[in-house]
Amino acid sequence: MPEARTLVAGTARGRALVLDEPLSFWGGVDPATGDIIDARHPQHGANVAGRILVMRTGRGSSSSSSVLAEAIRGGTAPAAIVLGEADPILALGAIVARELFGTTIPVIVTAESALSTDDPATVRADETGVELRGRGRGHPTARRG
Amino acid sequence: MPVELTEGDRAVLRGERGEAAALAMRIVVEMAGVSAAERLIDVTSAHVDGCLYHGVAGLEFAERLVAGGARVAVPTTLNVGALDLLHPDRYRGDPGVAANARRQMDAYVAMGCRPTWTCAPYQLPERPAFGQHVAWAESNAIVFCNSVLGARTDRYGDFIDICAALTGRVPLAGLHRDEARRARLVVTLEGISERLLASDSLYPVLGHLLGREAGSEVAAIVGLPADTSEDRMKALGAAAASSGSVAMVHAVGVTPEAPTLEAATGGEEVRELRVTTARLRAFRDELSTVAPERLGAVSVGTPHASLAELERLAGLLGTDEVAVPLYVNVGREVLAAAEGRGLVPRLEALGVRVVSDTCTYISPVMDEVSGPVMTDSAKWAWYAPANLGVDVVIGGLEECVRSAVAGRVLLDEALWADA
Repeated sequence: MPEARTLVAGTARGRALVLDEPLSFWGGVDPATGDIIDARHPQHGANVAGRILVMRTGRGSSSSSSVLAEAIRGGTAPAAIVLGEADPILALGAIVARELFGTTIPVIVTAESALSTDDPATVRADETGVELRGRGRGHPTARRG
Repeated sequence: MPVELTEGDRAVLRGERGEAAALAMRIVVEMAGVSAAERLIDVTSAHVDGCLYHGVAGLEFAERLVAGGARVAVPTTLNVGALDLLHPDRYRGDPGVAANARRQMDAYVAMGCRPTWTCAPYQLPERPAFGQHVAWAESNAIVFCNSVLGARTDRYGDFIDICAALTGRVPLAGLHRDEARRARLVVTLEGISERLLASDSLYPVLGHLLGREAGSEVAAIVGLPADTSEDRMKALGAAAASSGSVAMVHAVGVTPEAPTLEAATGGEEVRELRVTTARLRAFRDELSTVAPERLGAVSVGTPHASLAELERLAGLLGTDEVAVPLYVNVGREVLAAAEGRGLVPRLEALGVRVVSDTCTYISPVMDEVSGPVMTDSAKWAWYAPANLGVDVVIGGLEECVRSAVAGRVLLDEALWADA
């Protein structure tokens, strides 16, 4: 069973968007639309709004916290972020959004998600553990209490 | 494992130091959980980057803290804002953005932060001492603090920086811990000419290479001169923290935690990367976006120029006027010292434009440029093409000055010849 951990608690449902490379929200995502605007990124042109965003890690500037908080405020953020390793910068953006706007998105770490882009997925994350379900190939589930 | 809190931490959480301090402590504690820290530690000072406006979320956060009675608990300096408050007429951007940017800067001053407006807080007299724990934001300041000062900061940024300043507490995690400060990569300079080692041109390019190759790892560089200046380490670190996420780098025989390679690595066997002049040339070329021909402007002082760098700039210019605009970014305290020495009128009389409190790559303060911008900063070269939509050419300070005077790019190719 893959190891999984909650960085920011919450529940979400959406279609997966699996990124081939780490994405910096600062300079990489337009918080007004949710579009991936980093021209060097393989998923350039895709939109993160409402998706279960799966990536190995965030990348780059600490200002990504602000951009994620801004996107959560404007409703253009992913529904959840599923990371391969802990990224304090993205977790912080989600935590601050909850404090400021009373709404946030779950951020979790899991060694393996097995999700493919467009798979419908749900995330349930709290202090006791993480549940990640995909309705795509293999019905992957990660759970750790 | 939940983080272990002191009675003082719990009192702050309960709101005994006000709503803002309680909010800040909640965030610090939650971030301790994210980094799996066992407890919090005290910091002696903070350097805050959140004063730079890039959207209403950051502004709302700052104003929420001010409304909650926020006062910093430790001495706190401020990074650049989006405006040059000493030369406000330089700003050419949207007036609504400028108004929000001003409100954001004011909010941080209202919390008791010192309006230093510099990305080079290590140039201020009260910088941290070896071994002290601090909470610094701004990637170039972080790498300088850890590497050159030997003070300890993790990678702080927007939001958490002011939370640390308001509480005086941070999670015991990352580069606050001994084991995270040891080198996991050795970078050996091989056959680099004495002339290149003695030139400013080497350091930003070597830093750029390091960022690309090291990612976020701590490296130890072997082969730098023992008298490598702080300004050169500044250029190297800023570059490595731009093209990579480097937060600490040892230079063996130069930086305080690396008297020997063994001290830097903790005696462990680590991966080695050999750097030749040919490799450096390739990374230098990666930084320039156009062939060196026309020239629109020159920008130096990223990170902010030191007094020594301003003196060197004046010395290189002599009595020559510039043919294209030459911008130099500088912190206001260094600017005051330079004014005391009569440097500023001398530079301005030759056509140099001094920018303070902000920087030419993050805010629209340069005049319209027609043609590529030359810079001695790998950090500027890395960010400006996307931020400003300009082409860049990288060169040393000497080449930048000669080019500004000639009005066209003049590079010293012989500098990069194999030894």
